[in-house]
Amino acid sequence: MSLQTGNSHFQGLSAAVPIWIGYAAVGVPFGVLAGQAGLSILQIALMSIIVFAGSSQFIAVSMIGSGSGILPIIVTTFFVNLRHLLMSSTLALHLKGVSRGRLSLLAAEITDETFAVNLTRFARGDWDERKALVVNYTSHLAWIASSVAGGMLGHIIPQGAFGINYALTAMFLALLVLQIISSLIGFIALVSGVLAVIIAQVLPGNWYVIIATVVAATLGVIIQDRFPSFLAGKVKAHDA
Amino acid sequence: MTPELYLLCILGMCLVTFTPRWLPLIWLSGREIPPLFVRWLRFVPASILSALVVPSILLDQAGNLSLIRPEFLVSLPTLAYAWWSRSLGGTVVVGMLLFYAAEKFMY
Repeated sequence: MSLQTGNSHFQGLSAAVPIWIGYAAVGVPFGVLAGQAGLSILQIALMSIIVFAGSSQFIAVSMIGSGSGILPIIVTTFFVNLRHLLMSSTLALHLKGVSRGRLSLLAAEITDETFAVNLTRFARGDWDERKALVVNYTSHLAWIASSVAGGMLGHIIPQGAFGINYALTAMFLALLVLQIISSLIGFIALVSGVLAVIIAQVLPGNWYVIIATVVAATLGVIIQDRFPSFLAGKVKAHDA
Repeated sequence: MTPELYLLCILGMCLVTFTPRWLPLIWLSGREIPPLFVRWLRFVPASILSALVVPSILLDQAGNLSLIRPEFLVSLPTLAYAWWSRSLGGTVVVGMLLFYAAEKFMY
């Protein structure tokens, strides 16, 4: 292994640390719930290996626990995870010329968290698909390990110690701040957040994520076209 | 649920989760993306992060708006720290500690 490769692995690993902490906080309770729904350790591990999508896994085990058939579970999963369509499209901007094999490996591991971390790094310009793969696969390992740990010894692990339940929220807040590179993007983010809160109270499920994002991003383009001087200022470059 | 049905269930979940993650990446990274769509996509990251995180800090378990939740109160100094430090790891640690303190204090 060359020095270059080693260094890029290290960058990938250090970028992924907040995700691992957050996944430990979410994966353990998932394992506990899955165990209570009657799933074996092997079944819990298999779902975390094959599906790797936190919120839909929570929903699936609660549906299994209440005796649902598999079709409603699969359809629900589809709609819950449809938002990744937008994330995958955005990542594509930074992955021109990467082989289909690597793209497929990368695509399989797009979650809210791996998307947010990788996209922020791609936007800074010092990122490539190898580092992204390190982030994705170590995060997946953390997810599998923590859900299995939850299934095995969930009841003896103290819940919520040291604010661990806030790890992913804090990570998203930081990544949101790092994304705000112009006044207009900041304004659009605000619009999206407000819309999401309103829509979440009206529509079931997590449609609010997709609808708020699509409406806000469209508004951003319209403002750029029609009112080019509105909020045209740049915010200090993100250089975290 | 029988073990066979369970296996079928998670394979189905995998298929419907993988497809939207995979299609745009394969479809878009190999071709010229229309400039208008590129400009639109530039607004997506901040919008989607905001749409994910804002409801999670402002809405309680029942989906009602609440401004006195520790999740929201802690988000203000956490955001301020993120803005000032531009540090991801530092913000995660600060947010966790503040949340830990807030929960101890409020309950």
